[in-house]
Amino acid sequence: MIVDRMALTFFADVQAWCALAGRALIRIFRKPGYYRDFAVQFDRLGFGSLFICLLTGLFTGMVMALQFIIQLKPFAATSYVGGMVAVTMIKELGPVLASLMVAGRVGSAITAELGTMMVTEQVDAMRVEGTDIIQRLVTPRLKAMLLAMPMLTLLTDVLSLLGGYIIAAGYGINPTMYLSAFTQFMVPLDYVEGIVKPLVFGGLIAMTGCYVGLSTGGGAEGVGNAAKKAVVASSIMILMCDFFIAKLIVVFR
Amino acid sequence: MSGEGRCIRMEKVCYTVGGRAILTDFDLLLEQGVNRTILGVSGAGKTTILKLILGLLEPQAGSISINGLTITGLKEARYREQRKKIAIVFQGGALFDSMTVGENVGYRLFEEGRLSEAEVEDIVREKLRFVGVEPALDLYPAELSGGMKKRVAIARALAADPDYIFFDEPTTGLDPIGVYNIVSLMQRLQAEGKTTLMVTHDLPTAFATSQRFTFLHQSRLVFEGTEAEMRASSIPEVQQFLEPTDSSLFVHQ
Repeated sequence: MIVDRMALTFFADVQAWCALAGRALIRIFRKPGYYRDFAVQFDRLGFGSLFICLLTGLFTGMVMALQFIIQLKPFAATSYVGGMVAVTMIKELGPVLASLMVAGRVGSAITAELGTMMVTEQVDAMRVEGTDIIQRLVTPRLKAMLLAMPMLTLLTDVLSLLGGYIIAAGYGINPTMYLSAFTQFMVPLDYVEGIVKPLVFGGLIAMTGCYVGLSTGGGAEGVGNAAKKAVVASSIMILMCDFFIAKLIVVFR
Repeated sequence: MSGEGRCIRMEKVCYTVGGRAILTDFDLLLEQGVNRTILGVSGAGKTTILKLILGLLEPQAGSISINGLTITGLKEARYREQRKKIAIVFQGGALFDSMTVGENVGYRLFEEGRLSEAEVEDIVREKLRFVGVEPALDLYPAELSGGMKKRVAIARALAADPDYIFFDEPTTGLDPIGVYNIVSLMQRLQAEGKTTLMVTHDLPTAFATSQRFTFLHQSRLVFEGTEAEMRASSIPEVQQFLEPTDSSLFVHQ
């Protein structure tokens, strides 16, 4: 019985999440655009996450280079370290780690903000005032994340390659050797993968934050629980989608 | 289409949450010019009635009409048009905390986009003057007292010139001066031709501002009539509500 109920709740949530995502996506092309809200959200969600993404990129790139050099040294293949750092970071770790960091920071913030608006009846007040709450509250956040997440990932990737080079340089690898290994390891589809993933993950983070936030009830405790739920759900969805996107791209290789 | 014009009508409305009946076969008639109060103990389902009329909740059975148009089952976009006839003052004010008092009051007018910024500001100032909080124009809700928040919420409700104004527990948590101010404001609104529907358990406020009363007990309507009829009623729950001597009747199911 309990399992039945949990399964029903899960599928009802998935259905409602998809419906909300569909409506929010359609509204990207509708007026009013709420450009001011979009700019505020882009600044808050995107620019506000820049520092943690850059730090994540830098240190992950450094540690990756260090580990690869240790592994490659016995085979006298340390010149490949640039290519290996690039493949690992651009295809996988850059998008995933940046998204997980942003999910923790932004997913919870979106949920807490919308959740508080729900429990204080501000969302109801907006609806009564004639506002389409998806257009006003969800779509600007979705647009901001769809734009910000690929940009943040790109910068994370750049910093990780830089971090990788800092370590590689310490082992006598020159910049030309480091950069030339990129082309040996990467194909154009890898760069596409590196951009598609954060685009999808950005959408997942925004939509999960909004969905959980707009389903919040039960006062301050409810808001706290909702924020926790949003971070856990988006993180799991990011990891699951990462596999499926990678698998899909492997098919097209 | 059902019902006649210039009134809000609920017929045989049922609303349940998780198998628990909140309203059962509930009827209500709010004619324009006849102010009504819905009475009942906390948790009796009074606020639910307001939310059902506003389309914030969907009834499981029964019909609701506004000025002759049946709104039950209407899509959100069409409902938005009907909501323009109604405004609500939520229990906590539900002011948008990221906006100033002026932006809160002019919210609906800005959203509609029919008027220039200067015209909206004139209306906002006029409404704030009416409720006596014009100096608070540029303050944020967090900087206001409870009574001021309620008055700003009334100003916001008035800005769009609705036919009906709903009040959800407007005097809860206010000191006697605050209560007096709210009651005076409601009486002035009624003198200007607005029809009010109030939900409260504050009897002096109810009797000072309404001509007709609805009493709700354990999800059902148990009384409807004037103050005199209410005082003369032999219904035990009504008698106990007016002059409590035995609380056992009001144990929640």
